[in-house]
Amino acid sequence: MTLNFAVLALLDGIAYASLLFLVAVGLTLIFGVLGILNIAHGSLYAIGAYVAATLGQWLVASGYNPWLTFPALFAGATIVGIVLGGLLERLLLQRIYEKDEILQLLVTFAVFMILENLQRMIWGVQPYFMSTPLNLLGNVSFLGINYTAYQVLFLPAAAIVVLFALRHFLRHTAMGAQILAVTEDREAATSIGINATRVYFMTFVIGACFAALGGALATPTTSLVTGMGANMIVLSFAVAATAGLGQIEGAAISALMIGIARAFAVYLSPELEVIMPYLIMVLVLLIKPNGLFGKVTARKI
Amino acid sequence: MSKEFLDAVPDGAAGTSAEGSWPVRQVRRENALMNKEFLAFIAVAALLAAVPFTFNSSTTFIAMCLAKGLAVLGILILLRAGQVSFGHAMYFAIGAYAAAFLSSAFRGIDMMVLVAAAILASGVAGAIVGVFVTRYRGIFFGMINLAFSMVFYSILEKAFHITGGSDGMRIRRPTLLGMELRRAEFDVAIYYVILVFALLSVWLVWRYLRSPMGEALRAVKTNETRLEYVGLSAKSVLLGGYIASAVLCGLGGVFMGMVQGLATPEHAFWTRSSELVFIAVLGGPAHVAGAFGGTVLFEAVRTYAAALLDDSWQLILGVTLILIILWAPGGMVELFRRFTGRNRVKTTTSGEASR
Repeated sequence: MTLNFAVLALLDGIAYASLLFLVAVGLTLIFGVLGILNIAHGSLYAIGAYVAATLGQWLVASGYNPWLTFPALFAGATIVGIVLGGLLERLLLQRIYEKDEILQLLVTFAVFMILENLQRMIWGVQPYFMSTPLNLLGNVSFLGINYTAYQVLFLPAAAIVVLFALRHFLRHTAMGAQILAVTEDREAATSIGINATRVYFMTFVIGACFAALGGALATPTTSLVTGMGANMIVLSFAVAATAGLGQIEGAAISALMIGIARAFAVYLSPELEVIMPYLIMVLVLLIKPNGLFGKVTARKI
Repeated sequence: MSKEFLDAVPDGAAGTSAEGSWPVRQVRRENALMNKEFLAFIAVAALLAAVPFTFNSSTTFIAMCLAKGLAVLGILILLRAGQVSFGHAMYFAIGAYAAAFLSSAFRGIDMMVLVAAAILASGVAGAIVGVFVTRYRGIFFGMINLAFSMVFYSILEKAFHITGGSDGMRIRRPTLLGMELRRAEFDVAIYYVILVFALLSVWLVWRYLRSPMGEALRAVKTNETRLEYVGLSAKSVLLGGYIASAVLCGLGGVFMGMVQGLATPEHAFWTRSSELVFIAVLGGPAHVAGAFGGTVLFEAVRTYAAALLDDSWQLILGVTLILIILWAPGGMVELFRRFTGRNRVKTTTSGEASR
């Protein structure tokens, strides 16, 4: 393997890791606060992608300035996150917070089945494609390798902005402090006047927006097909579990690890591509059952 | 709390209590119930045995239901321990592929050899994966199983020079105890083989869940730490249940494969795993009958409504699953008990299963 290939694989990996991080951070945030692993997260990713693609295609077809497809990506993601995420939390999740973990898992799984089906009914099984933003930004040269600027500059930048914005939000704003307080101890937080119901709602919507954003930003780089939601939920779980569920900065590191490892696998032995993320997850969990950065929790008697 | 704890104590311990105390009464009631259930079991077995003579056209349909019911029975064992696996279709596929490999390597191989191979293959795979996944509970247990099955699915699909890729592999019609069978004879013969294995499995699982090991399995759900204080390793209790569930799924897979004459990667896909979980929840985890009752209802609705509902099948499954979890967490078994007023006797089991 020459240096060129190594650089190419690295760039591929970073671009992919950025998307992976966006989705996984939403999943891990929701888990950290609500204690629910939202399997429908993968569907939010897929639907975010489809809505952004539809919006972008419509803008281009109606003759608007193609640069408007950039805000369209973010607008699509926000709409999906707020509308779909908000409805889900209000109508369904609020009923199951008191229930057994397994039943919560089954409910979000049921939602996943429903959303996968709806997505197929609305957008069909034909692949969707909307590469306008990718083409607009053109190529950049990096160590003699030509690569699309969208993937090597825009995606990582978006991921880094999200990471730092989220850190700032959680550590330096009132709402963030409330979220952290509820995560630490819901009862104590409620007793000092924090509205836990509202905190749950906000967290879920924010997490859902991240999933949809991951999907929307992925739109220009791949064609949208059915089943992308299923793959993404398992993959983002692998990222979140490798880091330790609930770890935000950790998710960024394990997303990079898994993204780059997967990209190298594509070049070295393509058969391993699908297995790579799980291989890493299994290896990490064998040695550290709570993930790389996870905390050991005391067992309750 | 103490009642829950008593639930976790093996039945044999009840004998030490004074006559007429709570556990003894419980055992007596259960004995009366057992007789009734035994009669019902015999009646259902007799009805099923008559199917090829009375409803010949549905023989294959019921054979497939029974095969799938076996796999659901495996899921049910895990539900007893409060665990849910989104990847058990993997063992289903392992059973089917074990038969496919053997029947393409050895012509005229016997059905019993294929079944034994499937049991062995799924049991070994279950033990290897189980050693790893039984370290986890709840979310991790479910999702790591899912990850394993997705890896297995993509291996089946990608390694087409070995597994035939997405087209899958043919399973040649095997002989039965040395007899060469023609198509129509084979359909009836395999029906009876599946029926015998299904009845045997129901009986064994029923015994298993009432044995000390089965009670310990239930304690993994209610309180693992207390289980360990009794001196049992929660991990090995769960591993036992996990291997049993893998073998049942493997059995279901080999039978389904032989009925259809085909093993495809689809068998290992996550939608299949979710179907198994769905059926187990639909049927109700409190009783072995739920597994097969749920499967028949599920397959019947799917077969007869397929033309109408094909586009929205997953949608309907999802909505039904939510409705069951929110309003009838015991599934069909609980609804049946509510209807016949029998829930009073076993509130501990069905009530516990619902939470």
